[in-house]
Amino acid sequence: MFRTIMHHHAASSEDCAKLCCTKIENFSVKIGRMTILDQVNLHIHCGQLTAVIGPNGAGKSTLLKAVLGEIPHQGTLHYVDAKGKHTGHPVIGYVPQYLRFDVSAPISVMDIFMACLSNRPVWIFPTRPLRRRVLRSLARVHADHLIDRRLGALSGGELQRILLALALDPMPDLLLLDEPVSGVDQNGLELFYEILSELRAKEDMAIILISHDLNMVARHADQVVLLNHGVITSGTPEEVFDDGRTREMFGMLTGGSFGQWKGRGDDCGNPL
Amino acid sequence: MTVEILYDIMNMLLPFEWAEHTFMKNAFLAILLVTPLFGLLSTMVVSNRMAFFSDSLGHGAFTGIAIGVLLGFASPLTSLMVFSVGFALFITYIKTKSTASTDTIIGVFSSTAIALGLMLMSRGGGFNKFSTYLIGDVLSITPEDLQTLLLVALFVLVGWGALFNRLLILSINPSFARSRGIPALWVDGIFASLLALLVSISIQWVGILIINALLVLPAAAARNVTNNVKQYHAVSVLVAMLSGVSGLIVAYYFNMAAGATIVAIAAAIFFVTMLLKPRFIR
Repeated sequence: MFRTIMHHHAASSEDCAKLCCTKIENFSVKIGRMTILDQVNLHIHCGQLTAVIGPNGAGKSTLLKAVLGEIPHQGTLHYVDAKGKHTGHPVIGYVPQYLRFDVSAPISVMDIFMACLSNRPVWIFPTRPLRRRVLRSLARVHADHLIDRRLGALSGGELQRILLALALDPMPDLLLLDEPVSGVDQNGLELFYEILSELRAKEDMAIILISHDLNMVARHADQVVLLNHGVITSGTPEEVFDDGRTREMFGMLTGGSFGQWKGRGDDCGNPL
Repeated sequence: MTVEILYDIMNMLLPFEWAEHTFMKNAFLAILLVTPLFGLLSTMVVSNRMAFFSDSLGHGAFTGIAIGVLLGFASPLTSLMVFSVGFALFITYIKTKSTASTDTIIGVFSSTAIALGLMLMSRGGGFNKFSTYLIGDVLSITPEDLQTLLLVALFVLVGWGALFNRLLILSINPSFARSRGIPALWVDGIFASLLALLVSISIQWVGILIINALLVLPAAAARNVTNNVKQYHAVSVLVAMLSGVSGLIVAYYFNMAAGATIVAIAAAIFFVTMLLKPRFIR
């Protein structure tokens, strides 16, 4: 807890001025003698979706956990809000890759929201304003019809949206997402990305997304970061996907181009 | 005397043969006070998979009684409470710090506690006077015991209200709870203390051998037929109270141990809910 407060202390940040932005500077994480992250520098702008891609074990999830302050790290996090003030304490929302829980548990979607948002014990009936607030939160992720559903009865995609809604209340300045590797079908994933697009436009929020689906990244991300223990390359999706190092790492065919990635799976999954 | 007023009310409301005796009235009031607490706390014992842990609390209580008698207390309740809470906090702390698996750690401390208790109690060959703690005697409850029960019941209820939401998030997923800033060790520790308190106050009339059943069966039954936290709590409390009251009455007419009868009825309810499960779970 203490560490989290310490590393969010803001210092001056010149090129972030006048724009709401988060700067990750010289982030390094060592576990034992292993260097997981080495000198990572990133600028994340509000209203943008920044996708982090990279091979397995590249330190993508570690980066998110370091930003959250959950694991010890070196380096600093600067946050500057839209008025050019560096508040130093961005509200961070986090959507985990997967929530492992007992699917037989008698817990509804409303229950988990009430437990997170209210001090009133969940076994007492909720106040009307609270239920309205939860409905609003759920509507943001197109899931208000799920409010009384049991958690264990949700599909992978529905659960992902519920977790997103939880991360959005209270509304964060910086949203961290760890995309699930499995358990969410293609339609669910598509809806998830659409919601993210709505959010970044409406709420002017900075979003960092760890993704394993290069198609989706090519279509939806504003900025792509190729990570492998350090930042290999970053830029627009076009720049990163046409880079030789990206092709090498993901074993793309040499003849392919960015357009091929962007187009794939379009039109209801018919390959082009 | 407030107790006298309660007795009069019961005479009006319960014109049955079993309710004529004062010891039955006391037992009835005690059951109305304590079974709802078992119903409440058992929800999280089951959700957090703590059945083995709550079992060990009974064993820890055994040592607490022995130490109390050794130190010369007339009623070993104080030493029992202090020792049980200390024992519960100690296990909670060790299991978060140690790399050994939770059930191994609980197994080690649970058997150590019962061995220690047996050693102390059997010293000088006087074990028989402790045998009531094994089976329990609900008919021995006095009006003074009822007062203590009422205090503990209020304390546990307030603690439960303050703790519950955090405990619920922790029961869903510990790392999700951490990302929400919930101090797991504190929440676990307070829950363990409440459990220890409930166990130590009720052990003299339920008995060490079966007390754990009351911390598992109500919620286990409720889980089979409920879909959200409110239903889960309501049904669990209902099962605990229903089996408590009916167990006491049945035990009176058949002249059996009340604690055991209560548990047997709760078990019967559990099996019924198991059969009903497909009709209720959405």
